[in-house]
Amino acid sequence: MPRIAYAFPDEVLEHVFSFIHSDQDRNAISLVCKSWYEIERWCRRSIFVGNCYAVSPVMVVKRFPKLRSISLKGKPHFADFNLVPEDWGGYACPWIEAMASAYPWLEEIRLKRMVLTDESLELISKSFKNFQVLVLSSCEGFSTDGLAAIAANCRNLRELDLRESEVEDLSGHWLSQFPDSFTSLVSLNISCLGSEVSTCALERLLAGCPNLQSLRLNRAVPLEKLVNLLGRSPNLVELGTGAYTSEMQPDVFSDLSRAFVGCKQLKSLSGFWDAMPYYLPAVYPISSRLTSLNLSYATTESPYLVKLVSECRNLQRLWVMDYIEDSGLEALAVSCKDLRELRVFPSDPFGLEPNVALTERGLVSVSEGCPELQSVLYFCRQMSNAALVTIARNRPNMTRFRLCIIEPRKPDYLTLQPLDAGFGAIVEHCKNLRRLSLSGLLTDRVFEYIGSYGKKLEMLSVAFAGDSDLGLHYVLSGCDNLRKLEVRDCPFGDKALLANAAKLETMRSLWMSSCNVSFGACKLLGQKMPRLNVEVIIDERGPPDSMPESCLVEKLYIYRTVAGPRMDMPGFVWRYTGP
Amino acid sequence: MQGDSSPDSMLTDSKEDHLVLSSEDSSCPQDSELELGLGLSLSHPRLKSQPPPTTQFARILTAMDFSSSASSSSSSPNVAAGTKRAADSLVAANGPSQVVGWPPLRAYRMNSFNNIHSKSPATEVKSNQTAARKITDNGSDKNNSTAEEKTHIRRSLFVKVNMDGTPIGRKVDLSAHSSYETLAHTLEDMFNERNPVVTKGLNGEDRGIVIGAKKRHLNLLDESSNFVLTYEDKEGDWMLVGDVPWDMFLNSVRRLRIMRRSEANGLAPRLEGKKSRLRSERM
Repeated sequence: MPRIAYAFPDEVLEHVFSFIHSDQDRNAISLVCKSWYEIERWCRRSIFVGNCYAVSPVMVVKRFPKLRSISLKGKPHFADFNLVPEDWGGYACPWIEAMASAYPWLEEIRLKRMVLTDESLELISKSFKNFQVLVLSSCEGFSTDGLAAIAANCRNLRELDLRESEVEDLSGHWLSQFPDSFTSLVSLNISCLGSEVSTCALERLLAGCPNLQSLRLNRAVPLEKLVNLLGRSPNLVELGTGAYTSEMQPDVFSDLSRAFVGCKQLKSLSGFWDAMPYYLPAVYPISSRLTSLNLSYATTESPYLVKLVSECRNLQRLWVMDYIEDSGLEALAVSCKDLRELRVFPSDPFGLEPNVALTERGLVSVSEGCPELQSVLYFCRQMSNAALVTIARNRPNMTRFRLCIIEPRKPDYLTLQPLDAGFGAIVEHCKNLRRLSLSGLLTDRVFEYIGSYGKKLEMLSVAFAGDSDLGLHYVLSGCDNLRKLEVRDCPFGDKALLANAAKLETMRSLWMSSCNVSFGACKLLGQKMPRLNVEVIIDERGPPDSMPESCLVEKLYIYRTVAGPRMDMPGFVWRYTGP
Repeated sequence: MQGDSSPDSMLTDSKEDHLVLSSEDSSCPQDSELELGLGLSLSHPRLKSQPPPTTQFARILTAMDFSSSASSSSSSPNVAAGTKRAADSLVAANGPSQVVGWPPLRAYRMNSFNNIHSKSPATEVKSNQTAARKITDNGSDKNNSTAEEKTHIRRSLFVKVNMDGTPIGRKVDLSAHSSYETLAHTLEDMFNERNPVVTKGLNGEDRGIVIGAKKRHLNLLDESSNFVLTYEDKEGDWMLVGDVPWDMFLNSVRRLRIMRRSEANGLAPRLEGKKSRLRSERM
């Protein structure tokens, strides 16, 4: 085909494209015309695959021959709460193998909720000469042996982040595998590891890596050792302590305080397992520097907690246990005017009675006092429509709002009404709301509000809510930007699902468990929508084939894909295959 | 509805031996709300106007009719009446702790209180408040002062449980139990669980319930049972549950497995050997 005379040469286009980084923009570029598609695919350096089953490794490698960075997500979000059985899938191995042969210059791998083996880790460590970043978020299937391979072979490793992964802890010696000549480490997060790591190895590592900015230790690192470690990494910006407890010793206290002060760039603190009140004030001297504080493992109540939080005037992110109580949150609202994100976790999630004085009032105070507040995760035991309406009116700039009222189906405690109006106000006022989690007593009404107002909503989590299919229908037909919907224990069924089948192809995924979807509907959906994988997770009753079509499925996971049915479905996952 | 087939034909599902009772719906009004403005984009005439031919409806039966015969080793929450789902019943009876995955907290967060070295005897360890324990503790919780409660540390110990023949593994919080009996009961419930599937009437209403008749009668601590409860300890050995004191068990258990007795028998000599080793260590 003759080139149009006035078209830019490829090199110029490529140069222009090199300034475009966002995935969405890149995707848009590739749709302009065939030649742009071609140019773009050769110069794309980084991709994000939100569902590892939406596309196959072969297809990715074929389309993007020169990737340097890849991010993959595997299991559905509800896997975090034990709703997805073991061995469901999310295997990283086929991806690693494909990349090992196709991308010798791959630098970064980020995986979330995937299963990764030691063999794969070893393959990573040996296949990519300039490998720099490994982030394994909520992954599992590997042991410290795999980590040893990474440590031993990745000469240019900058980032090793194991956040919240389940690692089989065979020994702490893997850390010693970093060679003496190793200097490139910038970020290390081993907070999820259960067993002790050799402090000597840590000290040696830190001494050799002057550029270390982020260090998150695991619980097994005692407080006394922390002082030494801090001394060796004066450039730290982020620190996760180990167990923040020890015999009460004044010299340990003052050493610790001095060590904190000595890290002049320190802005973020986390860890604090078993935090002893005695040692919390060691942080006071640097509190005004802190922008991020994660006290969600500090499992003791203390007035020092509130004092610490109120001293952190520049705090942007706070994760804390509900020991902070309403009074602490009021203090936070007065002191921390730059607060952007608040997460409050329950100290006694299974208790039948409240154990702390934390109610909706705390959240209301923060919404009033903190003009920058955008992101909330809040566990509490009571809520009212009035409070939610106030919060909504105070904070129209809210982008993520996740409320968990611990008792399912709990109504407004003042009026005993459903919380429809309250959440309705949230979606109405917060026009940029991207993520929402509901709880409490809710009827179909709330979904009507969400469908009408939640135009920017991308992710919605629903549990124990709604009255009928209408609820699901409102959401699927109204939320234009919906990407992920996860539902459990709601009376949503076939009609709404089938009526909105086309919508499902515009979303990443839909999870429904303990709802009213029948096997017949799943079959039908699978039949009519070849670009969806409609996967039924079977329980002990046996495969759906053996049951009448009207029988309800217990767990259903639907996602769009261009890769067809996945090859690695375990026996308990069924997918429509027949005519 | 055409209840033309006899109830018996539904009852002999050879694969699963289920009692599937679906609804009679002749008196049900159309679900008019849903009809309004809700066109089925996949118009499948079968779904819209006719009943699914595979479903042959029999008389409505609910849990009430079975209240005498439906009881098993599990307590009532597993058999829900009418449209109530299992999860709701469990929650109503025992609080959020009995519902899988609720409240939505990561396991590591719940386990983060584990392995605490309690420095002072005054530090209380408080467990899940389930009905079972309230009974076994004989109300001793009531004697604790609120001051002590404030410093209590939450403990959770979730371990994986697999059962031979069941593809789906589960997780159980061992700290919610104080004895082998309550643990065994919970496991029996978990693996005996029959989600009361609600079958649908003509217009999509929930009618009737499925009572999975596959009662395994696990009786895990019983010599006569086909299954035994075993656990893998810290050293990687598989042991029979129940031989060591409960606290010792808690300290060494890594995961559980409900094993067929036939397989466990092969294990016995080794278990015996270990038991005597443990005994001699203890002395």
